[in-house]
Amino acid sequence: MNYEAVIGLEVHVQIKTRSKVFTRVGAGYGHEPNTLTDPVVLGLPGALPVMNKAALDAIIKAGLLLGCEIAPVCKWDRKNYFYPDSPKNYQISQYDQPICLGGAVEIELPGSARNVMGEHKRIPLTRIHLEEDVGKLNHGATDSLVDYNRAGTPLMEIVSDPAMHTADEAFAYLTSLRATMIYGGISDCDMEKGQLRCDANISIRPVGEKRLGTKVELKNLNSISFVRDGIAHEIKRQIGVLERGGTIVQETRDYDGMTGTSQSLRSKEEAHDYRYFPDPDLMPVVVDVAWKDRIRAECPELPFDKQRRFLAEYQLPYTLTSVLVWDRALADYFEEAAKLAGAGKAQAVGNWITNDLLRELGGARLTVAEARVRPGHIAALVQLVDSGVVLTNAAKEIFVEMFATGDQPGVIAERRGLKAAPTDAGELEQWCRDAIATNAKALAEFKAGKDSAINAFKGPVMKAAKGKANPKLVDETLRRLLAAM
Amino acid sequence: MSAELHFHSIAEAAAQLEAKTLSAVELTQAVIARTKAVEPRVRAFLSTDEATALAQAAASDARRAAGHARGPLDGIPVGLKDVIAVKNQPLTAGSRMLANFVSPYDSTAAAKLQQAGAVLWGRLNCDEFAMGSSNENSAFHPTGNPWDVSRVPGGSSGGSAAALAAGEALATLGSDTGGSIRQPAALCGVVGIKPTYGLVSRYGLIAYASSLDQIGPFARTVEDAAIVLRAIAGHDERDSTSFRTEIPDYRAELQTRRGPWKLGLPKEYFGEGLDPEIAAAVERAIAFYKAQGCEIREVSLPHTQYCLDTYYIIATAEASSNLARYDGVRYGHRAKNAKDIVDLYFQSRAEGFGAEVKRRIILGTYVLSSGYYDAFYLRAQKVRTLIRQDFLNAYKEVDALLTPTSPIPAFKLGEKSDPLAMYLCDIYTIGVNLAGLPAISVPCGFTRGNLPIGLQLIGQPFQEASLLALAHSYDRAHDWSSRHPKL
Repeated sequence: MNYEAVIGLEVHVQIKTRSKVFTRVGAGYGHEPNTLTDPVVLGLPGALPVMNKAALDAIIKAGLLLGCEIAPVCKWDRKNYFYPDSPKNYQISQYDQPICLGGAVEIELPGSARNVMGEHKRIPLTRIHLEEDVGKLNHGATDSLVDYNRAGTPLMEIVSDPAMHTADEAFAYLTSLRATMIYGGISDCDMEKGQLRCDANISIRPVGEKRLGTKVELKNLNSISFVRDGIAHEIKRQIGVLERGGTIVQETRDYDGMTGTSQSLRSKEEAHDYRYFPDPDLMPVVVDVAWKDRIRAECPELPFDKQRRFLAEYQLPYTLTSVLVWDRALADYFEEAAKLAGAGKAQAVGNWITNDLLRELGGARLTVAEARVRPGHIAALVQLVDSGVVLTNAAKEIFVEMFATGDQPGVIAERRGLKAAPTDAGELEQWCRDAIATNAKALAEFKAGKDSAINAFKGPVMKAAKGKANPKLVDETLRRLLAAM
Repeated sequence: MSAELHFHSIAEAAAQLEAKTLSAVELTQAVIARTKAVEPRVRAFLSTDEATALAQAAASDARRAAGHARGPLDGIPVGLKDVIAVKNQPLTAGSRMLANFVSPYDSTAAAKLQQAGAVLWGRLNCDEFAMGSSNENSAFHPTGNPWDVSRVPGGSSGGSAAALAAGEALATLGSDTGGSIRQPAALCGVVGIKPTYGLVSRYGLIAYASSLDQIGPFARTVEDAAIVLRAIAGHDERDSTSFRTEIPDYRAELQTRRGPWKLGLPKEYFGEGLDPEIAAAVERAIAFYKAQGCEIREVSLPHTQYCLDTYYIIATAEASSNLARYDGVRYGHRAKNAKDIVDLYFQSRAEGFGAEVKRRIILGTYVLSSGYYDAFYLRAQKVRTLIRQDFLNAYKEVDALLTPTSPIPAFKLGEKSDPLAMYLCDIYTIGVNLAGLPAISVPCGFTRGNLPIGLQLIGQPFQEASLLALAHSYDRAHDWSSRHPKL
């Protein structure tokens, strides 16, 4: 029998705010344990939460970027359960009135080849809500320690509809969602730091069946590739169970990315009753049009929209766009350089950035923002090459020095003697005549209509010019002489 | 005027402090001496800190000498119920769970009292986590009613009422979730105010039922209560439920608001179960207001019969969640030799909490459980809206409501062993909390057995100035507050 998987993802994204979600104490990663705490974070007797507006701004932005409806009124609920990482033994969350409803994440599936755009889909979202993160447990041999630095960090839960069918789709969903959050400045989404965490609900059903099968929740998918591998593994496991005549048990399973296996954490019977109720310490939040408009004005263009525009506006090849658009700083850098370089030079600019700049940045472990080579340098270099002042090989050398020093390409070309020779027209014409005269075969072929035969004359000319002749001028001179023969 | 310093009103003491015929240190020493003398019988305090109180008194005298006195509370000894956090002071909530807990931070109310120059004197006994009406639920010891130490002072702020009545402070703070300020005020013969929900910040108040809890003052006179309330009221950015409103000079307003008022008598508050001596005392108060030209009319609060049920669903639901943090992990009582984390929770909470607290946690957990939420919690919230609407409807006809505070005077320690009988003590006070309204209990006489009786006046939201003026017009015309228990 053929089976179809149905996958829904619950993604937790930490919001990058200066302070925690319900108190003034700072939020951050990598600090001494239990230093980012105060009476509110520790749940001391008498402490009360107060909403951090910056966290609300961020989640409204996330909602607008993903096309969600922003609820005019949302409220806070308490999710009650006992666990030592939760200082109050309840988590402030949003239950039946989340701030964002609906929306979708646009994804691109792998194309038939690297340079071919894949199929695009929109994965609908159920909701996004805001809640507080919990602390971290460190288990020792005989005891367990709790670090509450993470507790109270603003956390978004982004819930998709059960609308994905393959591990590749889930992977693409997470990649796109992550890029969107980074684009919006909402989160850095570093999975190693727990800034993005993903749980998957997975079920399978015979192809053609409309009803959903029994779902299994897969937890601890703590890298994007673990998400893909874990889901693929779970789909295989479920098919195996059914094919052996078994039934799928509703349960929560823990995926171990290192061994590529999963094991049951708890069954449905052991599920918590969270006893949600409205938090009496917090007032409902009213989001008016002015608030939404203010946030909308801060929303950037999303990667896929940018890609469509780069394809149309700059006529870039797909491969270049797919490198440029996923990093907002890189895409902005490209646009600035392309504008400075002038019409028709976007592809050359794109090539310099995606080949040379990224290579040098990678080697030096720098970000685009840190590069001493600015968009103006790239534009100037493209113009130097284009006008024949600098030859391609020399330009490569200039780039490396430009990257190291931040000097302008013209200055480097001058200093290093890398400019194409200011060729004497008479001398160049003589070299061309000599080249034609010594290669009768090529001359005959050219006369017979084989245009590429002209290249056979260029080598000797360049050699005579010690590599510094302007190739454009060489080509023009050869054609003029050949035409007269 | 009282000859004994420890029975001074704040107004009297402040006048003498200002005239420099009395120092804050002298006043504080007098209160400390009185406390030492009567505390073995009253047992209103859970802890005291003489050195800190005297240092604060000395600082007050120094300010005054330098010409920087901060107003009528500067140098006045004020006691706090042990659910209101003061930095570096114990904060036990009357519970074994927090027996050794010291607060690392100040509640907003305590910080404001200190800004006003008050001397903080002692931590006052209460029913565990403010759950109870007699102070018998304190994990440490019961408190005696100063008028008859074999009787209860009421609760849950029993220590606050008893300490004031016994002359162990010039004013105290309590908290009121279902009557916990007004009922003990009535039983101990002092003034007690439950402010409008949102008038006084709850930051640093140990939460029992967050949507009902309010901090409020106990004082000897309505005028004193006005002085203390003004000091602690006002918006606080640390409490999202605190209200942005101008705080008037309540004491000054006592002189400018003179009525006559239209007063409503809710017929549901004068029925079965009301002690006849209390009914008679309240009738005399009604007659007083009538004689002052007030219009008195009967009104109806038709959903009153549902108040107790509604309260015990909402309050326990919130409590079950609010008290979840006491788990033995970060602070408070931790059971020894727990096998694992679940065992640690079970044992720490089994050992740390008393019977009434456990009863309410279990009840609250039940009403919030999946499958029961709609039938209990959600329905209770709807009824709560109807109860509030009852009051607002009444206020279309009258300015304030007049009722007894408690259906019965102070009862014997150990007399009420049935929790339901105990819950009925709050029958006239609970509706006010559910509706979020301000109300005051004012002494209005004594039983033949010489037990105090309280009159409750219920005002409109954030109209404390009017409510205080109404209560003051009665209080200044009577001498109940100048009577003191013989200890």
